[in-house]
Amino acid sequence: MKKTSFLWSILLVLLLVMAVSPAAWGAKVIKIGVIGPMNFVQGKGHWNGATMAAEEINARGGLWVGKKKMKVELVKADSNEFLSMTDATNAMELLLTRHKVDFIVGGFRTEAVLAMQDMAMDYKKIFLGCGAATDEICTRVAKDYNTYKYWFRHTPINSTNLGKTSFIHVGTVAAIMKKYLNIPKIKVAVVAAKATWTEGVVKVSPVILPKMGMEVVGVWRPSPVATDVTAELSAIQRSGAHIIFNWFSASAGITFSRQAGELKIPAMQVGINVEAQKDSFWEATQGMGNYVMTLNTYARGVEVNELTAPFMNRYIDRFGETPTYTADTYGAIIYALAPTIEEAETLDSDKIVAILENREYAVPSGRIAYMKDAQGRHLHDVKWGPGYETALGVQWQDGELKGVWPNRWKASADAPEITYKGVVPYKIAPWVIEKYKK
Amino acid sequence: MILDIITSGLINGSVYALLAIGFSLIFGAARIVNLAHTAFYMVASYCIYYATHKMGIHPVLAMLVAIILVTLIGLVCYRIFINPIREHEAAVLIATIALAMAMQEIMLLIFTGDFLSVPSLVSGYLKIIGVKIAYQQLLTICVALLILAGVWVLLKKTRLGLAIRSTADDREVANLMGMNESRVAMITMGVSVGLAGFAGAVVVPLTVVNPHMWMHPLIMMLAVVVLGGLGSLKGSFIGAYILGFAESLVVFLIPLGAFLKGSVALCIMILVLVIRPEGLFGVAFEEER
Repeated sequence: MKKTSFLWSILLVLLLVMAVSPAAWGAKVIKIGVIGPMNFVQGKGHWNGATMAAEEINARGGLWVGKKKMKVELVKADSNEFLSMTDATNAMELLLTRHKVDFIVGGFRTEAVLAMQDMAMDYKKIFLGCGAATDEICTRVAKDYNTYKYWFRHTPINSTNLGKTSFIHVGTVAAIMKKYLNIPKIKVAVVAAKATWTEGVVKVSPVILPKMGMEVVGVWRPSPVATDVTAELSAIQRSGAHIIFNWFSASAGITFSRQAGELKIPAMQVGINVEAQKDSFWEATQGMGNYVMTLNTYARGVEVNELTAPFMNRYIDRFGETPTYTADTYGAIIYALAPTIEEAETLDSDKIVAILENREYAVPSGRIAYMKDAQGRHLHDVKWGPGYETALGVQWQDGELKGVWPNRWKASADAPEITYKGVVPYKIAPWVIEKYKK
Repeated sequence: MILDIITSGLINGSVYALLAIGFSLIFGAARIVNLAHTAFYMVASYCIYYATHKMGIHPVLAMLVAIILVTLIGLVCYRIFINPIREHEAAVLIATIALAMAMQEIMLLIFTGDFLSVPSLVSGYLKIIGVKIAYQQLLTICVALLILAGVWVLLKKTRLGLAIRSTADDREVANLMGMNESRVAMITMGVSVGLAGFAGAVVVPLTVVNPHMWMHPLIMMLAVVVLGGLGSLKGSFIGAYILGFAESLVVFLIPLGAFLKGSVALCIMILVLVIRPEGLFGVAFEEER
């Protein structure tokens, strides 16, 4: 009797273990972890883009992995990386150990992505970055290929190229202001929130801008979450700056734009203002963010290639807002992972890496090709330039976020002129015209 | 530049004073270190946002509703979470910080982490000696100073104020003199949270509303209270303006180090404490009270 009860108990335990361990039955789905700050727009973009991609793949029955068709299953992981690095690494650990995902997409804050990248590499899981721009994340691949080869940046372009593009934007706006307002020499105030990703631009701006024929009248470093920047704005106005070259990724971008608009500071804002990339910026600044220009990836009505409009329209119809660049998890899954998995006919990370790093493919924001460094080592970083990824320059014009760059842009003297379909002319704020027009 | 520093310093100082005096009141009267104090300020800001944007209520009315609502929430929280453990100061510390984090998470759940804003009550700006000052900033300074004056009148000229001050001076003697100490504590809590609500109301047209907006003011408020002397209302008032102006001076005089304004203010607090450990207007020994 006792022996029978014991045997029944063993059988019950075995059944329970098998029931809670689906992996024991053999995976029938491709598990993709989507990691990001899910309570914020950036994380929502991650999840929304990935959801659209998974639904599209599953609607056609899944992906061919060799002779087997497998559907995609997404696993959501809230990294909470704005507040806690520990939460971010815990979220990644759960994806890797508990959910045993096959691939990971997402990540936003550089500090968090660096830590999460290490964890994914330990488990040899392919991680497609869709948020962090810092160069170091990809130079790791070149320096230690065997460890970091499973990392690919999908979006955005790296910090160096973000800087390059932003300097092009400043130059473009400066040329427009010089031409229409007869200003002999443009003065620039550099305002960069105190954060890791802005350290580079603070160092190089005082060197590069004078070479572009402009004068740097001051550098200001407010807190990324500053709630009052009137002090900075008063000082900037006193400096006589015509352009404010700004770099914001958190709430200071809203505060700065709102207060600058309220006080009608006679200087045009150009640079990177992550909050200004969102549809909610207009309401958040109470309409005071008019004429703010920022680097962006998508803008309604602007088509980079034949994939842009279908993606944008579907996203807007589904989620009611313009996609931010973090929604490029869609492209990461549909255009990067899916075709590579089918070509490799396996989920084996090493085989997928070998194919993916040599591919070139179109995405709604341009064309992805992975760079190598000067020594020919893989960086798994996206190439910048005409025909590849250039990003957009967008400007708020009376409540609408319009694409204003590239508009008759030439990457070099003998390069062809580029204008994306749907861009409109840049506008100078009326109070700036009033102040400077002679 | 002087005018900018004065304006900026007055705004910062007034907000810190509203928060610090509320905090000092409840500490003085009931020995409660309420680390959820600035979280109530955050909740008030969200209430104003919700009332103006989702319900279409006029901003001024929304502010009044928010202050009353937050005060009621504060009183309920006091009855449920704080009053039962009032005698255990460490437990109160932990409970109030947990309460603050819970309020943060609730706001995050309802409103997500998106940055929100409330329209200014008055738009436009004034130009004084070539310096632009937004009308909303001037309104904020005036309203904050009025409220502080109102608190002074309440404490100095009313029987309730007398009861609060007596209880803060000596709880046991106040009890012996017939004052219901626990009722005074509860009323003080209401006044304290109400002041946090007022701080939210005056600041919300100037700031960005988000679930983490309570953290920096908490640190500055504690610095103000320690600088001024624990339990000293006069000290909290003066300490608030010292640190408010310190922040403004840093931003104007060290543009590259504007992000350090909080740190510099805290360094000033430490410097004062090294010279005078009880704070500017605190008491050196318990027996002196």
